[in-house]
Amino acid sequence: MAAHEEHHVVPKSVYFAVFTALIVLTWVTAWISTKDLGSSSLNVAVALSIAVFKASLVVLFFMHVKYGTKLTKMIVGIGIVWLLMLLFIVMIDFWTRTWMGVAGR
Amino acid sequence: MTTATPPVKEPKNYLNAEHGLRSWLLTQDHKRIAILYLIAVSAFFVVGGLMAVLIRLELATPAGDLMDSNTYNKVFTMHGVIMIFFFLIPSIPAILGNFLLPLMIGAKDLAFPRINLISWYVYMLGGTFGVIVLLSGGVDTGWTFYTPFSSSYSNGYVVLTALAAFINGFSSILTGLNFIVTVHRMRAPGLTWFRLPLFVWAHYSTSVIMILGTPVIAVTLFLLMLERGLHIGFFDPAYGGDPVLFQHLFWFYSHPAVYIMILPSMGVISEVISTFSSKKPFGYTFIAFSSVAIAVFGFLVWGHHLYVSSQSAYAGMVFSILSYIVAIPSAIKVFNWAATMYKGSVRLEAPMLYAIGFIGLFTVGGLTGLFLAAMGLDVHLTDTYFVIAHFHYVMVGGAIMGYQAGIHFWWPKIVGRMYPRAWATVAAILTFVGFNLTFFPQFILGYLGMPRRYHVYPPEFQVFNVLSSAGASVLGLGYLIPAIYLIWSIKNGEPAGANPWGATGLEWQTSSPPPTENFEVTPVVTTEAYDYTALTLTTQEVTHVG
Repeated sequence: MAAHEEHHVVPKSVYFAVFTALIVLTWVTAWISTKDLGSSSLNVAVALSIAVFKASLVVLFFMHVKYGTKLTKMIVGIGIVWLLMLLFIVMIDFWTRTWMGVAGR
Repeated sequence: MTTATPPVKEPKNYLNAEHGLRSWLLTQDHKRIAILYLIAVSAFFVVGGLMAVLIRLELATPAGDLMDSNTYNKVFTMHGVIMIFFFLIPSIPAILGNFLLPLMIGAKDLAFPRINLISWYVYMLGGTFGVIVLLSGGVDTGWTFYTPFSSSYSNGYVVLTALAAFINGFSSILTGLNFIVTVHRMRAPGLTWFRLPLFVWAHYSTSVIMILGTPVIAVTLFLLMLERGLHIGFFDPAYGGDPVLFQHLFWFYSHPAVYIMILPSMGVISEVISTFSSKKPFGYTFIAFSSVAIAVFGFLVWGHHLYVSSQSAYAGMVFSILSYIVAIPSAIKVFNWAATMYKGSVRLEAPMLYAIGFIGLFTVGGLTGLFLAAMGLDVHLTDTYFVIAHFHYVMVGGAIMGYQAGIHFWWPKIVGRMYPRAWATVAAILTFVGFNLTFFPQFILGYLGMPRRYHVYPPEFQVFNVLSSAGASVLGLGYLIPAIYLIWSIKNGEPAGANPWGATGLEWQTSSPPPTENFEVTPVVTTEAYDYTALTLTTQEVTHVG
């Protein structure tokens, strides 16, 4: 019974709100890609930030992680840590490639 | 008047519970799904093996007299793609893991039986694409799909091959997910984490890699398809991409994938060594946690595949140190297996011969990996036959020897019949001898400078290549003989009984073959894992009563 009591029923309005937010943010991503924010890095940073926010909405609400158990949240957390680890270690390569003053080294 | 003796009715088990093709193709029984995998994976092993035969025939002479360069490129690529994605990765988890995990933890099935069946269909779909590629003319990129050759220049069916591996990855993820949830949620009463068989620990660790690593290769192959099909720049400098980024993303999965292949094999070896030494594994906790450590550290070493790319030397140093560290948990296992055998009642049955072979060959494979983890030496050895020899010692000498040990160990449980033990002993010895004859000369070839992926080579290398090709024929015999006697034993073998080896796991406490629901009543675990004293007591009691 405990499992049934823990099951969280999400109101439809929440799903519609999240869906609307995702559509609006998709439009914002497309719109902002046509604007020059001063540097291409800034454009990429803004686009990625919007994408991360949208992904968070999907994970939290559509995938019910917000209402999930601690174990579920921990599993999702491990996935995020793993992704950050991949990105960080790859960036160690990119950041230090030119330190020796030889191309590619 | 004579009275006909009524045929002895075989007790109901998962094999005779239902009949007909439909009962197999729609089954949700983990044991039947394991058999489906066994058939499919074995078929791919035969195809991949035939590619190996072609390679070794071509390399028997220095001239390219059997096929042209382009065909040779396609043959070694298909050998790698099929053997890695369609044989090695699913072999032990999808066959032995599927069959045994619920039995070992006292459960009726895996947590998600339907997802288990779906995983097989997804595997078959990926495999179908692989076969279509093969029949259409193949692909020539090598199994590593390195860019920009794969994304811009190759004339082969790159997208279709990448799609095959991409789809196959989902099968892997589904299996890993099922195993993790099953181990967490479905253990029998009293079966605490530290009472679990080491096979289960190994498969749990493997599942973690499957879930955390496989999505990355899926994304990478998807990006490759986008670049090749739509010219969106990710990896090709011509489109503003970085080819080394592909290597980073590819090896982030593909190095841990080596542990997807070897960890389940290590799980098998722990069970076999313990059973045939009649002794609890030395350092159970260390072996269990070394599996977890391999799963974690295995993710941090991928850059040792990139030493000769334009990867930063500083990043290379970090990867080099981490690569040495990952050798420690592997060494812990090897020492603990040796210590388990020490003063044990060692029985040299076929599974044990394979297991001992595994220890020797994996040790050679692991130690030569340290050569390749050294940044300076790797410059000399990269893309030579030394690398080929190293990873075949790990994947064939390690993973496949472990697979064979497992198949020989649990075959009586799977089909309920015993195979001819003398033939199994012959096969194990042939495999060991044939393997070493095939791959040891390749260490020398590589050290002398013979590059991989060439079908024409200087005449002075011929003697080692002939030794290698001769060894491959012995190795082939070592694989063919078990295929014959195992199939033969299904109908003709002696009935095996529930526990023919005197092993301790829960899977040996049910009948062979097991009933559909695995156990008549849910077992309650009251002893530690590998408690041979309890087993002896039970056997004595049974003997006394009998």
